[in-house]
Amino acid sequence: MRVNRRTSAMVAGVAILGLTLAACGDSGNEGGDSPEAGGDSASEVEVFTWWAAGSEKAGLDALVGEFNAQHPDIEFINGAVAGGAGSAAKDLLQSRLQANDPPDTFQAHAGLELQDYINAAQIEDVSDLYDEFDLREAFPADLIDRITQDGAIYSIPSNIHRANVVWANPTVLEDNGIDPAKEYTSLDEWFTDLDTLQDAGVTPLSVATTWTQVHLLETTLLASLGADAYNGLWDGSTDWEGAEVTAALEDFEQLMSYTNTDRDGLDWPEATQLVIDGQAGYNVMGDWAVAAFEEQDKVLGTDFVAFPVPGTDGVFDFLADSFTLPVGAPHPDGAKAWLQTVGSLEGQTAFNQAKGSIPARTDANPADFSEYQQTAIESFGQDTIVSSLAHGAATPVATLNAVSDATSKFTTGASDVATFQSELAAANAG
Amino acid sequence: MNKTIKRAGPPLLLLAPSILLIGVFVYGLIGANFRTSLTDGNTAAQATGQQPSATVWFENYFTLLGSEAFQHSLKNLFLYTAVFLAGTMIMGFLWAWMLDKPIRGEGIFRSVYLFPMAVSFVASGVVWRWLLNSNQGESASGLNRLFQMMGLDFLQNNWWNNVSVGIVAIAVPAIWQLSGYVMALFLAGFRGIPDELREAARMDGATEWKLYRYVLFPQLSPIALSALIIIGHMSLKAFDLIMSISKPANYQTKVPAVDMYVFKSSFEYANAAAVGSILLVIVALVIVPYLIRTNRKEH
Repeated sequence: MRVNRRTSAMVAGVAILGLTLAACGDSGNEGGDSPEAGGDSASEVEVFTWWAAGSEKAGLDALVGEFNAQHPDIEFINGAVAGGAGSAAKDLLQSRLQANDPPDTFQAHAGLELQDYINAAQIEDVSDLYDEFDLREAFPADLIDRITQDGAIYSIPSNIHRANVVWANPTVLEDNGIDPAKEYTSLDEWFTDLDTLQDAGVTPLSVATTWTQVHLLETTLLASLGADAYNGLWDGSTDWEGAEVTAALEDFEQLMSYTNTDRDGLDWPEATQLVIDGQAGYNVMGDWAVAAFEEQDKVLGTDFVAFPVPGTDGVFDFLADSFTLPVGAPHPDGAKAWLQTVGSLEGQTAFNQAKGSIPARTDANPADFSEYQQTAIESFGQDTIVSSLAHGAATPVATLNAVSDATSKFTTGASDVATFQSELAAANAG
Repeated sequence: MNKTIKRAGPPLLLLAPSILLIGVFVYGLIGANFRTSLTDGNTAAQATGQQPSATVWFENYFTLLGSEAFQHSLKNLFLYTAVFLAGTMIMGFLWAWMLDKPIRGEGIFRSVYLFPMAVSFVASGVVWRWLLNSNQGESASGLNRLFQMMGLDFLQNNWWNNVSVGIVAIAVPAIWQLSGYVMALFLAGFRGIPDELREAARMDGATEWKLYRYVLFPQLSPIALSALIIIGHMSLKAFDLIMSISKPANYQTKVPAVDMYVFKSSFEYANAAAVGSILLVIVALVIVPYLIRTNRKEH
């Protein structure tokens, strides 16, 4: 009996000891990793992105190639997290930052989406790196304005995408007597052709789940209000409750009436595929869609056409991927070296050739890029630049979530234009 | 004193790790969650302690319960739970009742019915998203296309995209997956009733209906209750199936668990915690009476 009791006490003791040790071991690993192994803050750089597949991965690989050429002594560590168009990565990033275990640098949309990280003091002001790397002259002034918050800049953009693009299938249009080369000056002109397709029994406009509907909403607002009033929506000078916004939302309602009924179950590639396959006439999507066409050997001009959303000609609705310097990054010098490559002409050229977006720098040589990219580079150089809503450039995450909720409610038919408008106004009032 | 330690010490020591772990990771975290839900910490700055959060007591709860959007989520949750429960109980019982009769190949049927449970909600959700495609007419696919091929065009509908009862469509795959499990429970119940009881009832002249009503059903009721509790709490926590068929931002399929996820992603930790607490209370309302009942029985 005695022995038994002692044995059981010992077993219990060992079990507790084991658990404690296991717990210590874990926390020791997490925290102790960098200082011991690294020592030197420029020995390596962990780059956290959601570029894990397709053209995005190709772009990252090209950028890493350039980084290795520019900084051969720094080891690149790929922290890419796949899944959910970045949402899986953002979730993981949020918990890592919360636990004070940041990567050396992470990908984020430039603009107000960074606001939460700034408020939480999780990322550093990198304005002085702009001076050090001579980036102020390299990027267009409009862009610098759009990404400056309270006099400071918190990230370095690696590429620019355009959101206000319509993709169309010329075969479908011609079959229904619409000239694919037609230039529209307003949404109303476009509605006429959408009606034609509707009457012919083709899906006129393909759209996917909520975020693509917000994307469509943003381009509609831009088309209907114009660039200045659209910008005013984000700084408060345009009244969300005003009559112009009502008119824009009515346009949006009409556009949604042309869309496919299974939209909420799709994501953007499936919506764009409807146009590629000739099941839909038009699709409004950012210019990452060009990769979907090119992957299937479609040629711009013959197999598909692209033009700015009617009413937004001369306006470039931008969003940008960018890299940050987190507070407490284990290898800040490694991160700075990475940011230098990201901002450099060679880095931007290599990255964007593979990814299909365009460099943020104005000194890139257009001849290095594809036909669509050349037109985008040209527009980016001369157009008015405005910030995208659906892609985090124009508002903080909480506002965007509230806008998405209101939009989903509206497009499923649970609210009317008036309710939708007041919900949007409430969302943007904070 | 010494004796008490000697007697209670070793078992306590043995239990200590699990008591400690459950105390910290279950009850401690429930407490922490509840405390967060009483603050106004709904911004990123407060989440990292850059700005102080104040205690606002139950304000988050009042705002949530008063908001139309959250009421819509709750309504969806109850609708989903009601249909899911009714569906699995009816299907599960019918299958068990049929398999209880001596038939050939019972093992095969049992496995066939039970198999869907082995598939994860995420995997089956991907397939069901396609089956429940809401296109009708020419561009229909999935079940709507099947209805067309069978000449049952009038059955076509927009499934989970119906704004008021769309959530019921998502209960269909859930029923498909869990009915087999309920069947297994009921089958075990049927097999646990000794044949002598049936024979005795028949000897006394009970009709088949009376046999079920007065002899078999009363003995199955504990099983039915367990099934209700198990399926009910799974249903209240519904998240993965909804996320893989629909998307978190889709209004028509919002439930509290999805709200919690969306709040969390925009740093509204206090609201997310409040939704968590509300869910915990709802689940507790189902489970606690059951635990009390079983506890009483054991004594």
